[in-house]
Amino acid sequence: MAKPIALTLNGKKVSVDAEGSRMLAHILREDLGQTGTKIGCGQGHCGACTVLVDGEAVRSCSTSLASVAGKEVLTIEGLGLPNAPHPVQEAFMAHHAFQCGFCTPGMVLSAYALLKKTPKPDRRQVAEALDGNLCRCGAHVRILTAIEDLATKGGVR
Amino acid sequence: MNRRDFLKATGAATLGTGLLITFPITAQEPEKIPSEVPEYPKDFNAYLRIGPDGRVGCFVGKIEMGQGNMTALAMLAAEELDVPLDQVDMLMGDTDLCPWDGGTWGSLSIWQFGPVLRGAAAEAKAVLLELASGKLGLPPDQLQVKAGVVSALHDAAKRVSYGELVQGKPIERHLTRVKVKPVSGFTLVGKDVPRKDARLKVTGAAQYTADIAPAGLMHACILRPPAHGAKLITADASAAEKLPGVKVIQIGELVATLHARSDQAREALGQIKAKFSPSPSTLDDQTIHQHLLKAAPPAKELAAKGSLAAGEAQSVHRLEATYRDGYVAHAPMEPHTALAQWERGKLTVWASTQAPFLLRSQLAKAQGLTARNVRVITPFLGGGFGGKGSCPQALEAARLAKIAGCPVQVAWSRQEEFFLDSFRPAGIVKIRSGLDKNGRITFWEHQVTSAGESEAETMYDIPHQRITSAGTWMGGGPAGYHPFAIGAWRAPAANTNVFAKESHMDSLAAKAGVDPVEFRLRHLKDPRVVAALKAAGKAFGWIPHAKPSGRGFGVACANHRDTVVAAMAEVAVDKTTGAVKVKRVVMAQDMGVVVNPDGARQQVEGCVVMGLGYGLMEEVKFRNGQILDENFDTYRLPRFSDMPAIETILIPNPDLAAQGGGEPAIVVMGALLANAIHDAIGVRLLQMPMTPERVKAALKA
Ligand code: FES
Ligand code: FES
Repeated sequence: MAKPIALTLNGKKVSVDAEGSRMLAHILREDLGQTGTKIGCGQGHCGACTVLVDGEAVRSCSTSLASVAGKEVLTIEGLGLPNAPHPVQEAFMAHHAFQCGFCTPGMVLSAYALLKKTPKPDRRQVAEALDGNLCRCGAHVRILTAIEDLATKGGVR
Repeated sequence: MNRRDFLKATGAATLGTGLLITFPITAQEPEKIPSEVPEYPKDFNAYLRIGPDGRVGCFVGKIEMGQGNMTALAMLAAEELDVPLDQVDMLMGDTDLCPWDGGTWGSLSIWQFGPVLRGAAAEAKAVLLELASGKLGLPPDQLQVKAGVVSALHDAAKRVSYGELVQGKPIERHLTRVKVKPVSGFTLVGKDVPRKDARLKVTGAAQYTADIAPAGLMHACILRPPAHGAKLITADASAAEKLPGVKVIQIGELVATLHARSDQAREALGQIKAKFSPSPSTLDDQTIHQHLLKAAPPAKELAAKGSLAAGEAQSVHRLEATYRDGYVAHAPMEPHTALAQWERGKLTVWASTQAPFLLRSQLAKAQGLTARNVRVITPFLGGGFGGKGSCPQALEAARLAKIAGCPVQVAWSRQEEFFLDSFRPAGIVKIRSGLDKNGRITFWEHQVTSAGESEAETMYDIPHQRITSAGTWMGGGPAGYHPFAIGAWRAPAANTNVFAKESHMDSLAAKAGVDPVEFRLRHLKDPRVVAALKAAGKAFGWIPHAKPSGRGFGVACANHRDTVVAAMAEVAVDKTTGAVKVKRVVMAQDMGVVVNPDGARQQVEGCVVMGLGYGLMEEVKFRNGQILDENFDTYRLPRFSDMPAIETILIPNPDLAAQGGGEPAIVVMGALLANAIHDAIGVRLLQMPMTPERVKAALKA
């Protein structure tokens, strides 16, 4: 096997002993035990697997391990914890911007990435940024409101 | 692991073992659970356990798939017991620990199971009061309960908590005929509360079946035919077998690749060279309706009144139309997943199932075990919508785990999910009707084929009518009637029937030259529907106008299993592209007592969004047994950019017990959109989904 691939995961340096051609979603979930990242379609069509790589929201099901070598990966586990949720997560909680919760990690991270870049997006900009994130339960309107609300209250800075 | 070990091992730290929300380690284990008998147990200890710390463990066989019943059921228990909501810990869908349940669907959790749980909690509270009475030396009527503490009405120092009374033991005493609280006594039910699953879900800590990974786990991928009805002729697994870490299982038609990593199991599956016979099916999504009509089983009469001939004779205008819709997929974001583990002849299966007890019997039967030796554990579900009532993946996992001799996970890919889903059947509804010279409906004949019976009957006051149904979503046609599996899809049959009925009502209103709301009101007897229409009209700002008004306003209403909904929408239609943009939807709903208003609003919003899907864009494409939609690139779900503004009005109705809220609002969506489109462009769409192509075609016709 090739030599281990080093990256930063949620602020910690990790080294992964796996084929670089394998997709990040599987590495995160199965090799690194970070199961907050969900797989909904496996082909880049749903956004459930969204993680941040150097601050950019990417589909981890279609992002190879090799391509994130030396980069910083942020997953839902790295954003906030159940006893210390991040403001984006708090906004989702406050607005009940989820139902089954399966799309939620991807939604939260996409929202976070958006707010980092565009601190005060209007509703249309939010909808545009999250359009590739699917939610079968229909939590959309609440997600839009949660993000808008957070933005007006100061965003994520 | 027996139950005692399980509960010992279960701190908040091992959330993964089941749907266990901060369950205290002190919780009393259920001593006898009569869960093998398919009925709700009478002993309240089966549902409730009070730990020495006063926390209440609430055990229910229902599952949480997003609909929020974990919160609503906890509210019911907390209300009857008079304990704070955050003191109730829910444990759901574990067949070893929870009392029997028939399955989570049909919007039944609250209206059917709610009273059972309330009754258990009310009895538990009455017994606790008696115990406290003995302890404090005061008659129960001089005691009060607040936040799980019983105290003397006039001497707050005389007090004892539930936890102290019970000491974590089951309660021996029982009472009969204990009354549940009257609605007027509610202090919690009816309030907006935070969802119990919020914290776990927004932080990614909530566990779904695929997130559970016992030591030695192998992921299995199963070879599927390219088309329904295709049979495996040969499979050459030699290339797959050579891959490191891969185990191939090949027994007759079952061919699977196993690997410790799911992606590598999938990759190995791709290396199998297989030959299949062609599918015998020659149907496709274009010819299906013709076939369904031609091959339909005999129709069953659901209702008949007066005489259609007499009604026809009284009419001056007659209107006949045929409405159609296609197959739609459940498409939950979490595909069907299961994990099976054998230990000393006992089988434990974690599964994304809507019916853990039913699945337990199916597993027991398939594996030749008694139900006692099968345990189904249901973690959070990433959506269900009816599609996870059937769980073949769990049977597959159990079989493969036995052969492989290690825990095996089967997680369907999105392509498998589209291929193996039990679709909502395509359906056809033919309606014949007539109006007299005063614009009253004289007769109504509704013939539904293949969709099913729910909501086929009309709620309007029509003297002469006949309603028939042939074949349903439960089956009923000849073998091969549908080229693949069909099943219950959120509000089965009702979406198709209401689309036809409420579209037709609108066409009749247009024919009569009467505003469609007014036309409905003239034919309505049910005061709740009248009230809902008026409430929706007020919020929407409905100004009466004969159709089509050019404004793009639509209305539709229904009474779905005693929950009444009235909806109004505004759409804009781009005549060049055929695209329909839904600007806003107002949904008024009377569901009796509302347990959790915000939860009810979430369900309504979910119904509206899913209704946009089946109304405007969702249709499974297939040909010769092959499912052409394999992922969300071609099977389009509603997205953020499709969202209208949604306003939900919950009509207070404390006189009616709590009804279901997960389905009613979706049933009106098809007709609502069709009626709004008609109002916008004067063209009637008779087939769902109302895609841009169909809108353009209708404009040309
Ligand atoms: S799982 Fe990666 S986009 Fe759907
Ligand atoms: S909350 Fe279920 S898919 Fe979004």
